Amino acid sequence: MNPLIGYLLVAALLFAIGLAGALTRRNAILVLIGIELMLNAANLNLIAFWRYGPHPEALTGMMFAIFSIAVAAAEAAVGLGLVIQIHRHAHTTDLDAMNRMKG
Amino acid sequence: MSIVFYIIAGLSVAGALAAVLLKNTVHCALALTVAFAGLALMFLELDAQFAGFAQILVYIGAVAILVVFAILLTRGSETPKDTVYSRNPIIGLVTAAGIFAMLGWAVLHSAQALPGSGGTPMAAPTVTVMDIGNSLMGRYVLPLEIVALLLTAALIGAVIVAMHEKESAK
Amino acid sequence: MIEKADQIFVILAHWLVSFLPAWLQHPAIVLLAVVGIIVTFPALFAITVLLERKGLGRMQNRFGPNRVGPLGIFQPVADGLKSLTKEDIVPLSADAVVHFLAPVFLVVVVFMGYAVLPIGRNMTLVNMDAGLLFFFAIGASSELSVFMAGWSSRNKYSLLGAMRAVAQMISYEVPLLMSSVAVVMITGSLSLGKIVDAQNQYTYGLPHWYIFTPWGFAGFILFAIAATAETNRSPFDLPEGESELVAGYFTEYSGFKFALFFLGEYVGMMGISGLGTTLFLGGYSAPFSFLNWVPSWIWFFSKIMLSMCVFIWVRGTLPRLRQDQLMNFAWKFVLPLSLLNLMVAGIWRFMGDGLLRWVVCSAILLLVYVLMARAGMKREHFGPRSYRYAE
Repeated sequence: MNPLIGYLLVAALLFAIGLAGALTRRNAILVLIGIELMLNAANLNLIAFWRYGPHPEALTGMMFAIFSIAVAAAEAAVGLGLVIQIHRHAHTTDLDAMNRMKG
Repeated sequence: MSIVFYIIAGLSVAGALAAVLLKNTVHCALALTVAFAGLALMFLELDAQFAGFAQILVYIGAVAILVVFAILLTRGSETPKDTVYSRNPIIGLVTAAGIFAMLGWAVLHSAQALPGSGGTPMAAPTVTVMDIGNSLMGRYVLPLEIVALLLTAALIGAVIVAMHEKESAK
Repeated sequence: MIEKADQIFVILAHWLVSFLPAWLQHPAIVLLAVVGIIVTFPALFAITVLLERKGLGRMQNRFGPNRVGPLGIFQPVADGLKSLTKEDIVPLSADAVVHFLAPVFLVVVVFMGYAVLPIGRNMTLVNMDAGLLFFFAIGASSELSVFMAGWSSRNKYSLLGAMRAVAQMISYEVPLLMSSVAVVMITGSLSLGKIVDAQNQYTYGLPHWYIFTPWGFAGFILFAIAATAETNRSPFDLPEGESELVAGYFTEYSGFKFALFFLGEYVGMMGISGLGTTLFLGGYSAPFSFLNWVPSWIWFFSKIMLSMCVFIWVRGTLPRLRQDQLMNFAWKFVLPLSLLNLMVAGIWRFMGDGLLRWVVCSAILLLVYVLMARAGMKREHFGPRSYRYAE
């Protein structure tokens, strides 16, 4: 069996788990954790295709994954800053309680 | 598929499952760290050494600590009154299961068309850090500069968003 | 003969392994090297603990421990016995699993850093192409164990100490990396073996160590400051200061787990001083070319012990920094200087050989340092000393 298939299936599974976590948990931070899992699954996909793809010496997949890691870290920082500010305002991080735009 | 792949894959999936299923938020963050570590090991298994060490350095060394700090600053470790899941989690679970089914079907259905399925194992590409450096400064210099700008903007933005507001007269 | 003394551990390992079948030989050599590391560095830890207590005692005008054995040299044995036989108390409301895993995680992570250090000629455990990145990635993971220890104790003082420690460690991580990047830039490789090879040359008997260049000297000082802060060592030991915060993040640990934290801290200190000697002090190379007959691993260990003596000396001399002074120092002084050091290293590289580059680089570094130090001291008003007497 192609080893690439194993990595792609694991990446799909991680993506689905992250999506389930982002859609079903109440705490805003756990939604961000789900998003981080999804980004990691995509990185795994990129590196697996780089390794088993036609031109690994072009380094395209690895570069894409490295930039994705950097951008995901920046997005986590800004997202968590937003969650902290929301908590200061509404004194809760429960997403089900924040269903109005009125402050 | 070697036994090492199964062990690492099991570790990552177990960590990810624990990260979305546990009740205590800090335990979720620590399980997420285990998932990140498993993914870093998978990158190393795929001969992507630089990506694996960058994953450990950035995700475990910075993002996990950031998540933990945010949990502590928003009192997430207190037990909530209601359940930790939203009012109707079924829709989310069905969506996720549907997406996994679709992706899995796509992967398995196109197994012959994937590269490397000719039967001959591909040789590991020898990638030195010098190659990565050369390509970062050669072919990918524009994304590098844009990512630098993006990180600066994210840094300043995060500081401004999370800063204490001055008490102004309403 | 000199070659044999230099490579004695390698020869010994190969001889021991030659009794095994061929497919088992490579894992067996790796296992032997790992066992060697796990045996050597805790032994050095025991010596360092004794050295520290006696040395600190002498600096504070008192004897150190002198009851157990002549001049107190069996004190580490007594300490080890005590920590093994003490009762292991876990608070009732503490998170038992995380409380147990925190010291284990710390010790594992700290020992993994030794895998890439070149302890002698041909004596690197894993000769990785990105060895320096591996060391920093592993070192960044040790912050998580500090947080785990502080949070799982369910104790306000522990949590406060853990938050302070983690904030301090993240702040000083960037200058640590920046000062090493200057070395990487000049050498052209992230592999620690190649960095030592680049410093292993001699002109007129003097070595090409990076500390003897202007940017290397500044880089070494910045690296030393950042390393002292990374390992929570005085003068940056506010998170674990005994007079400040009970014992900081390991308040609730007793017995063997406390000993594991202690071991982890000192072994981490030795690891990072090993990295500092590899990057700036030439690793296993001798100071003068006529001293090359001394085995390389002796030079490496003596440089590490010298760094530990300097750590102990600094601990006994300087007062503790407050948390906000510590963070200000990191972000407003050490980080800009390390970025400037990077630029000066680039100027050094592109200026070509000769006396001019020494003068220009030293002048830039000294000028900026003096200006920034003067700007930082502007708020201090040093007038004549005034005395107030009780009426």
